[in-house]
Amino acid sequence: MEVLPFSKEIAVRIEDLNYVYPDGTRALNNVSLTIFRGESVALMGPNGAGKSTLALHLNGILEGSGKVEIMGLEVNRKNMREIRRLVGLVFQDPDDQLFTPSVMEDVAFGPLNLGFDREQAEKAVKRALSWVGMSGSEKRSPHHMSFGEKKRISLATVLAMDPAILVLDEPAANLDPRGRRELIELVKTFRTTKIIITHDLDMAREICRRFIIMDSGKIVADGNTSDVLGNQVLLENHGLI
Amino acid sequence: MRHDFIDRYSRLDSPVHALDARAKAIALFALIVVCVSTPNKDWWPFAVYAGLVLIIAVASRIPPKYILSRLLIVIPFVIFIGIFLPFMHKGGTRINLGHIHIYSEGLIFFWGIAVKALISISCLILLSSTTPFADLMHGLELLHIPSFLTTVSSFMYRYIFIIVDEAERMARARDSRNFRGRWIWQAKTIGYMIASLFIRSHGRAERVMQAMSSRGFVGKFPRWSEPKMSSSDYIFIALILSCSIAGRLINLYK
Repeated sequence: MEVLPFSKEIAVRIEDLNYVYPDGTRALNNVSLTIFRGESVALMGPNGAGKSTLALHLNGILEGSGKVEIMGLEVNRKNMREIRRLVGLVFQDPDDQLFTPSVMEDVAFGPLNLGFDREQAEKAVKRALSWVGMSGSEKRSPHHMSFGEKKRISLATVLAMDPAILVLDEPAANLDPRGRRELIELVKTFRTTKIIITHDLDMAREICRRFIIMDSGKIVADGNTSDVLGNQVLLENHGLI
Repeated sequence: MRHDFIDRYSRLDSPVHALDARAKAIALFALIVVCVSTPNKDWWPFAVYAGLVLIIAVASRIPPKYILSRLLIVIPFVIFIGIFLPFMHKGGTRINLGHIHIYSEGLIFFWGIAVKALISISCLILLSSTTPFADLMHGLELLHIPSFLTTVSSFMYRYIFIIVDEAERMARARDSRNFRGRWIWQAKTIGYMIASLFIRSHGRAERVMQAMSSRGFVGKFPRWSEPKMSSSDYIFIALILSCSIAGRLINLYK
């Protein structure tokens, strides 16, 4: 993975993004946001705020009206392949991400789709598994793994693609304290641009330096630790404490 | 809940396991076709087919108890379909058992159904137990079985246990609030559970698709090594085909 010095290069630029779900619910309301390379950003807010919806716009799964640029590249049909290589999105439920009979195939799925050949893919798998502390589990079947192990493998499936921007949706949800601790330590070692969707204030504080609060499809706060996490009223108003 | 996988023994080490999925699929399917097309009246051919099945079963090193237990599932169906035949299918000699009459043609028909079912199902059990499900599906795809069928089956197999777990959790939650009410009321609840499972599966399918797209999936599953048919695969097919056809034609020489 890339090792980044503090950089002024823009990783994510979102301008006036609006999105309405097919059933009519307005999920994103004129969202504008700029994230620089190397930043660790926590995306927080109450349930239904639009955090996951926003994340799905970053790699083009959802397309709203407005502009989304990843590393200067506009998110549209034409650039989709490159966008998906740049943005690694780890979903909340590992069972949604592990759909092949073996860990090897699941973690290799991304690299193979990117066009890696067999040797390169195997190397990428081995590397990714070692990053998440699951070396040697290539032949195991996801059906037979514990929740914590599945979480780690699902993280590996995305890391194997070596993304420039890592987006994690509630990474510590349902993990026991040890699993949560291990995950935090693990994520801290990643030097990519990180966007972490979470309700876990303590985890956010440990990993991130910038905190964005969303509520009802809008960004209501964007600042550093003392500005945001230190503001009790703000946190209370938006369901975070 | 302990999940009962179709391909529980599919990773054993045996000459049968080592064969290409396509070879096994073709050979065993051919055996089924030959068996089912054999006239019921002939006895010997079925002995040959059963012998072939037995040889493959022994060579596969799959626990016999497992094969038999799977086979047992067929028995109720065979009985359900065939039990009235000896009584209803009029033809041949009539055998009198007190007030009840059995016809020999009906008996032969029943025998035919039973033995064909047992041999065919044994072939399927052997096929699915010696081949990991994913490899089997891929083999079928290479044999030009429509990928719609194989892809749907693969996903179904992957997620059915997740759905079973969900159903179990729902059942537990239901039982916590149910004091063994009347049967009619329970049927309605079960209906709701099924509907709920369907909706959840639909939601999950969408999320899985999103996860796959996020990792670059554009419609075709990536494969990094294509299985190759070796000489032992072709020999296996040839042997099974020739033995079963020979068995089929035995009576012509008697």
